[in-house]
Amino acid sequence: MPDATGLELLAQRVREAVADDAIVGTRFEHGHATLDVHPPRVHAVLSYLRDSDDEPYGFLASLHGCDYLPAEPRLGIHYQLLSMERRDRLGVRARVTVEEPQLPTVTDIFPTADFQEREVYDFFGVIFDGHPDLRRLFMPEDYVGHPQRRDFPMGGEPVLFTFNEHKLPRWYE
Amino acid sequence: MSDPLKVPYREREASISLEAMDGESPIAGVELEPESEMLTINLGPHHPATHGVLRLLCTLEGETVRSVEPIIGYVHTGIEKSCEDQEYWKAITFVERMDYLAYYFNAYAYCSAVETLLEEEVPARAQYLRVIHMELNRIASHLFWLGTGALDIGAITMLWWALRERDEVLDLFEMSSGQRLHTRYFQVGGVFEDIPPGWETKVRAFLAEMPSRIDQYEALLDENEIWLRRTKNTGIVPVDQLIGLGVTGPLLRAAGKPWDLRKAMPYCGYEHFDFKIPVGTVGDNYDRYRVRMAEMRESVKIVEQALDGLPEGPYITPNRKVALPPRHELATSMEALIHHFKLVTEGFRVPPGETYVAVESPRGELGCFVVADGSAKPVRVHMRDPSFVNLQALRHMGEGSVIADFIACLAMLDPILGGIDR
Amino acid sequence: MEVTRTKVPGSKEEFRAKQLSAQQMLRGDLDGQDLDEYVEKRLLLSKLNEAQSWARKNAIWPLGFGLACCAIEMITVIGSPRNDLSRFGAEVIRFSPRQADLLILSGRVSIKMAPIIRRIYDQMLEPKWVISMGACASSAGMFNNYALVAGADKFLPVDVYVPGCPPRPEALMYGILKLQDKITKDPELGWRERYHAGGTEEFGGSEPEREDHARQDAESPSQDAGPDAPRR
Repeated sequence: MPDATGLELLAQRVREAVADDAIVGTRFEHGHATLDVHPPRVHAVLSYLRDSDDEPYGFLASLHGCDYLPAEPRLGIHYQLLSMERRDRLGVRARVTVEEPQLPTVTDIFPTADFQEREVYDFFGVIFDGHPDLRRLFMPEDYVGHPQRRDFPMGGEPVLFTFNEHKLPRWYE
Repeated sequence: MSDPLKVPYREREASISLEAMDGESPIAGVELEPESEMLTINLGPHHPATHGVLRLLCTLEGETVRSVEPIIGYVHTGIEKSCEDQEYWKAITFVERMDYLAYYFNAYAYCSAVETLLEEEVPARAQYLRVIHMELNRIASHLFWLGTGALDIGAITMLWWALRERDEVLDLFEMSSGQRLHTRYFQVGGVFEDIPPGWETKVRAFLAEMPSRIDQYEALLDENEIWLRRTKNTGIVPVDQLIGLGVTGPLLRAAGKPWDLRKAMPYCGYEHFDFKIPVGTVGDNYDRYRVRMAEMRESVKIVEQALDGLPEGPYITPNRKVALPPRHELATSMEALIHHFKLVTEGFRVPPGETYVAVESPRGELGCFVVADGSAKPVRVHMRDPSFVNLQALRHMGEGSVIADFIACLAMLDPILGGIDR
Repeated sequence: MEVTRTKVPGSKEEFRAKQLSAQQMLRGDLDGQDLDEYVEKRLLLSKLNEAQSWARKNAIWPLGFGLACCAIEMITVIGSPRNDLSRFGAEVIRFSPRQADLLILSGRVSIKMAPIIRRIYDQMLEPKWVISMGACASSAGMFNNYALVAGADKFLPVDVYVPGCPPRPEALMYGILKLQDKITKDPELGWRERYHAGGTEEFGGSEPEREDHARQDAESPSQDAGPDAPRR
């Protein structure tokens, strides 16, 4: 992990190289460094981190999402980068809202993002612009809803109580 | 009715060019006649050679695989979503069932992530016990891979032999934790309970005979003409393409890159052990086979060293806010009773934070991402499963080869659908 | 009120036989010649049924079908030298449903996989049995969420449920032995009536026909059953 000062220096280099508004924030907790990135700049930041930085990170270990309800913006997409030469990990995070869940795809720089972005689309509804084949991966093609959002009911259908059973159709009818 | 030629698979077939494949034909010495029609077939989800319910939409030109599209999700269980509803220690049982051959690794990755968030120290004895169980699990997983992989390629005897050894490992697990699979032995802060007396002797007996058994497996397969012809020079993917695809584990090591998290970023006391990492040269299926066989030998060495150096001490963290107190204390101490009650009913609370921890599972880098918000239930648990990412390499391994080699590639890829689908 | 108890004359077996024949007579309006023929045929067929079910139970061909972690234990039962299924006759694992008898549902049934399992079950030929192995196939196991069908018996008729997560190989073998008992002791497999599980629609026929199968058997005992008649 880059330590706290290394993280700040890295954030500064990214701001200089990409854009001033690229880095929204930095976090360093439990020895783990995370860069918070402005969503439209994700592609540029990752491509800088892979190729041009002094301390490049050439391996995308994981791309996953998290729903931070009730904190806004709700959906966070995490990119876990790894540098095999320096044995270093870095996290990059982009937060988008449910109303505008767009992010640029990184499949051209990291081909491993193919299935993983489809998974994030399937479970959270985040749309990756430029992805070659963005369809549902795990759920059936005609499934409605994005299951791993926090407001999606655990059983797939809402639990009927007396206060809401008049609004929702009873299954036995 | 819609034009049958507009059905999607026809479109896909039309988009694949029938140019001559660069390089030689997949079957050496045979002149391939260009076929003019392609056949799209469905391999799976119920198929003897797919390891679980994997569906592969293959487009074949004659016997050559032109395009492969994996379709997954047939055993998707929503484990990650279910974990959000469980306390942290209950989620261990859910998380174990993802990669169902490497259950200790799943449990370790998750427990380690939660311990990082809690900033909890794991005692040395627990670390060594965890290493012993994880390496025995690695041996068991590689044995199962060997049995079923060889079965796919045609060496059916290996199935009986590998399962015979695997039963012995599962007996050891049963002796230490009570269950053969999915043992819930790893807890946050250590292990569930100490190993019983006599377990060490049994493990040593197993370790004494295991190398000779591996010799027997190798004697059967290593120089077997059919095996060599099936696995040598098939399924080669260049290393930088593998890295771009995110592939880790024996597949990356077989291609020549010596990347193993146990050596590169050691965890759980692995830095105390002396073992080697087998690395291949060419990156074909034969190298993958050899790498895994050698890994079994190295795991035997690690378990021996861990048993020799097993320290005394507690097997779980003494922090009663996280770990259950021992039963005998419940009769005498009121605080122990209160802790037990709170832990069992509500569970321990984890301060807000998020972390990602990665371990080296038999298939590659298994990462666990946990987000906590201060309550007793996790907000998000995500496992970065190695089989899921490695599956993307199947396309590159298989395209351009004949179906028989493609099945060998699938066997050597070692996908576990529970991990892929979660 | 006065209650007197008297012993019914005749032995227990005679009484049982009388009870059974009364039940069968009440089944239809058979009498006289028809009744004799019916009883004789039932006797003969019942011996033949016994022999047939003995043969069937000792040569079950499981379908090679594994879904998740229980499949590992199932492969251990089939393949491991220690727990070996072949000693009970179930050695041949056929992967084609057309050639297999027994579907061991080992693992969690997700909503995407359920129609496929139903298709595979429909492709199997009669007589066929289903063992639901493990907790996830019998109920949803511990996964009570959006992605699983809570138990295979929601879309398949199940014969034996084997609990466990995963069940030990010995437990699965016990389940298969119980299935063998079921095959011998109950040749009618009356659960099919209970579950309305006659098989695929083109061969199962609808319910009123099935209740009359006694009459059909009596009227045409030696004709080959057409596609609309129930198979038993």
